[in-house]
Amino acid sequence: MSARTAVASATPLVADLGADAPIPGADALRVGVVRFPGSLDERDAQRAVTLSGAQAVSLWHGDDSLGDVDAVILPGGFSYGDYLRCGAIAKFAPVMEKVVDAANGGMPVLGICNGFQILCESHLLPGALIRNSHQHFICRDQALTVENADTAWTRSYTAGEEIIIPLKNGEGGYVADEAVLDELEATGRVVARYAGVNPNGSQRNIAGIANERGNVVGLMPHPEHAVEAGFGPDAASGMRAGVDGQGFFTSVLRSLLSQ
Amino acid sequence: MGRIVVEVMPKPEILDPQGKAIRSGLERMGLSAFADVRQGKLFHLDVEGPVTDEALAAAREAAGTLLSNPVIEDVIAVREATPEEAAQ
Repeated sequence: MSARTAVASATPLVADLGADAPIPGADALRVGVVRFPGSLDERDAQRAVTLSGAQAVSLWHGDDSLGDVDAVILPGGFSYGDYLRCGAIAKFAPVMEKVVDAANGGMPVLGICNGFQILCESHLLPGALIRNSHQHFICRDQALTVENADTAWTRSYTAGEEIIIPLKNGEGGYVADEAVLDELEATGRVVARYAGVNPNGSQRNIAGIANERGNVVGLMPHPEHAVEAGFGPDAASGMRAGVDGQGFFTSVLRSLLSQ
Repeated sequence: MGRIVVEVMPKPEILDPQGKAIRSGLERMGLSAFADVRQGKLFHLDVEGPVTDEALAAAREAAGTLLSNPVIEDVIAVREATPEEAAQ
């Protein structure tokens, strides 16, 4: 074997889909991904669901039913052009009424980036997201500490684990009043914090939070962009080999299967 | 046709990066008289006929729900437009 071949095999540049054994029973689970006008990352989220072993179901903002999905993802992007405030108009989309009802009934719901903003505007999560403190859009691979590995979307991780997934936002500064922040901390509802550097001025370095029940999680960075070797952040295992985001998508399957 | 004006501002304790950016732009122009700049929103809500109490009540509901986010913004005013504002 030449040295060149050895390097190539140690640093895979394409996906190795057979790397992890599938979660038994996952293929029967259906995870819906809502597409709003202006959504960007719904296809990546669907692919992350498919790679986790479940079925991805496309939901439309005008739908008045969630069909028979077991969980819902609100993807990143700029729903309704971010008019008025990020997520403010999406809150009134017909499908959101069903998402809110389902979330209050215990269905796992993950909001990523713009989806997190929609969850806050819909009052499923407290607080709000404002323009980055440094006023610039940011796009980088971001280290996070998983603080709570007990939610429907984080149980594949361990508390305190550090992961790296992409962050890309202009309005990612998490704000809430002191009492709300204290309550989030005291009840373990801070799901993930920025590690090392605070990229957007979020209070208490908050990158993601959960509702009381732990079925609804909002996250500013993008786990769906770190699920496939060859397309993720750079990692010790190879260039663009980072797949630290996979855990969010396998977590929800484990949560559903353990019910 | 009647017109209702709704004014919304970021809460004083919330950082306003847009206002900060505008202030630094003003300084670069040589307009350094302003200690602080904050950016809010102004809405014109037009109704058929005169502005009634019902229309003002509906505007207040709109202001407190969709037009502002009470976590980060305050509704400063919901009022009938002045003749000058109504002519805009």
